[in-house]
Amino acid sequence: MKTMKSALLGLTMLGVAATATAQGEQFIPLLSYRVGPYAAGGSGYFGGAIDYFNLINATGGVNGVKIIYEECETEYNTSRGVECYERLKTKHGGASTIDPLSTGIAYALLDRVAQDGIPMTTFGYGRADSADGRVFKWVFPVGTTYWSQAAAMIAYLGQKVGGVDKLKGKKIVHLYHDSAFGKEPIPVLEALAAKHGFELIKIAVAHPGNTQESQWLQIRQARPDYVILWGWGVMNPTALKAAAKIGFPRDKVIGVWWAGSEEDVIPAGDAAKGYITAAFSAPGTGFPVMQDIKNKLYASGKGNLDDPSRLGSIYHTRGVSYGVIIVEAIRKAQEKFGKGKVMTPEQVRWGLENLNLTEARIKELGVGGMFPPIKTSCLDHEGSGMVRFQQWDGNGFKALTPFMSGDKEMVRKMVDAGAAKYAAEKKITPRDCAKEG
Amino acid sequence: MSFFLEVLIGGLLSGVMYSLVALGFVLIYKASGVLNFAQGGMVFFAALTYVGLLEFDLSPWLAIPITLVVMVILGLLTERIVLRPLVNQPQITLFMATIGLAFFVEGLAQMMWGANVRALDLGLQDEPIAWVSDHLNMMISKFDLTAAGVAALLVTGLALFFSRTRIGRALRAVADDHQAALAVGIPLQQIWGIVWGVAGFLALVAGLLWGARNGVQFALTFVALKALPVLILGGFESVPGAIVGGLIIGATEKLAEVYFGPLVGGGIEGWFPYMLALVFLLVRPEGIFGEKIIRRI
Amino acid sequence: MIYREAGQFKTSYEADAAIFPIRQDRIGIAVILVLAYLVMPFVATPYIFTAILTPFLILSLAAIGLNILTGYCGQLSLGTAAFMAIGAFASYNFMLRVPGMPILVAFALSGGISALVGMVFGLPSLRIRGFYLAVTTLAAQFFIVWCLAKIGWFSNYSSSGVITAQEVTILGYEFVSPESRYLLVLVIVSLLALAAKNLVRSNTGRSWMAVRDMDVAAEVIGIRLMPAKLTAFAISSFYCGVAGALYAYLYLGTVEPEAYNLDLSFRILFMIIIGGVGSILGSFLGSAFITLLPVFLSLVVAFLETTVHLPLSKAITSNLELMAFGALIIFFLIVEPHGLARLWQIAKEKLRLWPFPY
Repeated sequence: MKTMKSALLGLTMLGVAATATAQGEQFIPLLSYRVGPYAAGGSGYFGGAIDYFNLINATGGVNGVKIIYEECETEYNTSRGVECYERLKTKHGGASTIDPLSTGIAYALLDRVAQDGIPMTTFGYGRADSADGRVFKWVFPVGTTYWSQAAAMIAYLGQKVGGVDKLKGKKIVHLYHDSAFGKEPIPVLEALAAKHGFELIKIAVAHPGNTQESQWLQIRQARPDYVILWGWGVMNPTALKAAAKIGFPRDKVIGVWWAGSEEDVIPAGDAAKGYITAAFSAPGTGFPVMQDIKNKLYASGKGNLDDPSRLGSIYHTRGVSYGVIIVEAIRKAQEKFGKGKVMTPEQVRWGLENLNLTEARIKELGVGGMFPPIKTSCLDHEGSGMVRFQQWDGNGFKALTPFMSGDKEMVRKMVDAGAAKYAAEKKITPRDCAKEG
Repeated sequence: MSFFLEVLIGGLLSGVMYSLVALGFVLIYKASGVLNFAQGGMVFFAALTYVGLLEFDLSPWLAIPITLVVMVILGLLTERIVLRPLVNQPQITLFMATIGLAFFVEGLAQMMWGANVRALDLGLQDEPIAWVSDHLNMMISKFDLTAAGVAALLVTGLALFFSRTRIGRALRAVADDHQAALAVGIPLQQIWGIVWGVAGFLALVAGLLWGARNGVQFALTFVALKALPVLILGGFESVPGAIVGGLIIGATEKLAEVYFGPLVGGGIEGWFPYMLALVFLLVRPEGIFGEKIIRRI
Repeated sequence: MIYREAGQFKTSYEADAAIFPIRQDRIGIAVILVLAYLVMPFVATPYIFTAILTPFLILSLAAIGLNILTGYCGQLSLGTAAFMAIGAFASYNFMLRVPGMPILVAFALSGGISALVGMVFGLPSLRIRGFYLAVTTLAAQFFIVWCLAKIGWFSNYSSSGVITAQEVTILGYEFVSPESRYLLVLVIVSLLALAAKNLVRSNTGRSWMAVRDMDVAAEVIGIRLMPAKLTAFAISSFYCGVAGALYAYLYLGTVEPEAYNLDLSFRILFMIIIGGVGSILGSFLGSAFITLLPVFLSLVVAFLETTVHLPLSKAITSNLELMAFGALIIFFLIVEPHGLARLWQIAKEKLRLWPFPY
């Protein structure tokens, strides 16, 4: 029975692959969410990705290969996300790569993508230790992970006080969403606190975090030098309002990148002015690619955002950066496996693993400065670990620093340890990177 | 000591915000015996409609009445389409129907006005009153005080409405016994229409105040979860119960988070009110002001 | 005509007490089992196995658990997902900490742990009734999930509180392929469903129903309330616990405690209300309805988009899906407040006479 079935399956797969190559289309499924609590972020991010794919298609595709996509609504719900993934993964000749933009769905797909052989990217979320490509062959936290971000935050605070050694004796509050997401950076922060000698006070906020009087009264009593806001959704504007209420200066609140979009600060109104956040991509409409998107797509009504004023917003540019990196990975794969051909998921995976986006290349792509240089390898699926800090001035985010990184060595050690533990639990034998081409 | 007082007062004031939402639940439950889970969705819908209208450059003085009309129509339609066909069904069925309604209202709101997160400025500063912070070293927000004032007004108004007006008395009769009320000539459906209209109004008030504080976004629907422990504590059918319950929940929750939370790792606000309500109910199963249930065979 | 039971005589007490006393029912069940065990593995695609059938069966099991408590014993609970979470985390720890622990034993033990916790949270039911009880079960929901997330030991000190299910191996066979996982879930669910069906017809089940219909009256005829209610809580939690373990091990793989949130509790409650309160069949029907409806709606929308080219943006169609979901729930509640199981009963009555109406 089994052999017969696998033979049948193989036959159908062959047939599908053949038709796909004939059409010359690379399929990317999008597990989007446009309803529910996080719809604002979802529509911006996936809107950005779709805009970039459409732009690529309008300008001839990737060496002639068109990118096709299909959306499936997950409502940010794990089981809906799994269903969408299973539904889309075999469509249009098979999915090339996937990015669920949800920690819960990403966790549920960890095993599945490895089994199905489909590379999964997690842009700025998910497991930090999946940066170890030896254990997590199919997972790519391209750019930065939460751990790199936490380290960069401390490095930035060090800069602010005039050197990390001056952090000694300072008090830093980690105000976090009480979930896997909020707890992820704690090991890094604790290690850095021990190293630099600052005091770390952890204060949890229960989901959804729409009242925070007690947490901020605790903060007022502790009189910290800085507050790291590791929030999500409604928790962020509420925190900023509560900070204003107790008179805590907003320019001493450092937000995680998911607390650093227009959606997070606008509801807080004036209370958000001066607030600083981390970011893994830069917003704005000044990039040549954004101008192209504006002129070639939105001018003729083909843009994906319902509200064109969100063009160049944080979530939109995040989506565009995702699109750029995925397209670049496909292009990289084509260089090795044949230009103008449709890449298999395994080949796209190779592309993601051998990305080399230098400063010059990023500029050439028309997104100079949107994200830091990224160079991935079998060992390092993250490829950069750089974060930029920006400040909300009431109208827009202004850059405070260039892309910078924290204590990368320490983070890498923790990544190795975390991945090794995962490998032991799942009985995975790590790949030997010396043998990878 | 002043810190303790500050936490207590902050808690009491945020408790008032819970009460505002709980009042909407109480009203519907009193009149038709339905635990209306869609109240959270209605709060969101009201706030979003108001903000959406402002985007058309309407003045607030025009937008508020229009939103009110929309909410009343929504309430009337709910009564007509959802609840009337379900008369005499078990409570749990009605409860489920209101959850279905919540999905519908949430989808409708986001479809009409988009998923963008918006700010809502009522012109009230959510900042500490300078005099209090200078003299007593306590931070008490003007916004919270105003909200408390609004809640007090609403409760007084509702209490008067229930006890002094003809409709209010009819309402209480309906709450007591549908059939007997019908028998003495009280127009049941008209009364229910009024109740749903008033619930829409309460949703609007709660939506404006919560929206001004958290921004107008989907998370406004979560405020319903804060109202539930208030309801069990105060009793499902008691208007003063909703206020007293809100004050107790607000104050104890904040005190617990500040003084007990750090010992166990924090974030206990999610479950503490429910645990408190549970323990309280073990002593008094019908809530503080709930009507004592006498069970006969 | 089709469903006529005339001529089927019961000549012994055993026959009269049979689980399916009517021949047509027996045939029906046999057909369903044959379909599920013998036909499905050959015709279904991996998508159907992993995305539809497996979650459907697992959630049916949880729905049976809730139905035992709510449908048979009349105690409303909004904390189902928390008991599922206990099952998942208990299994994880059994597998992690006890060397050589067989996975099925771990599932059963985790159900037992869940039952113990369920009994503790069932204690208030001795004093509190109705909606008040329902809202207090929310205490269980939030408190348990908070504990699992907060206490590092439960997740083996994973930095984010996430557990990764170990591989499922029975007698050296690894359950990796979608159809093997489906079959394993199917075996567990059908055995437990059979047990539940028998349980509710037993002495215990009847005492639950007496308590449900009127507890004071039940007490008068000699049913002790405390054991009756607490067994209902325990057995219900056992089912939920096993379902939760299956949900983690055979469906999601890696789970965070938040996967077992209030939404999931509500969805399971929906299942029993839509399917039929106090009916094992209803648990399956309701689970099918709630799992399949969103998929079906999104397929319809996708189909319309490709054929008619709906001039609507994705945001609008997604919202329409949500609205249709809500509206259909209301519609079904209005049309048949007693659930799909009741609809099936009505159909049976009709079929008994069909095609001759008299």
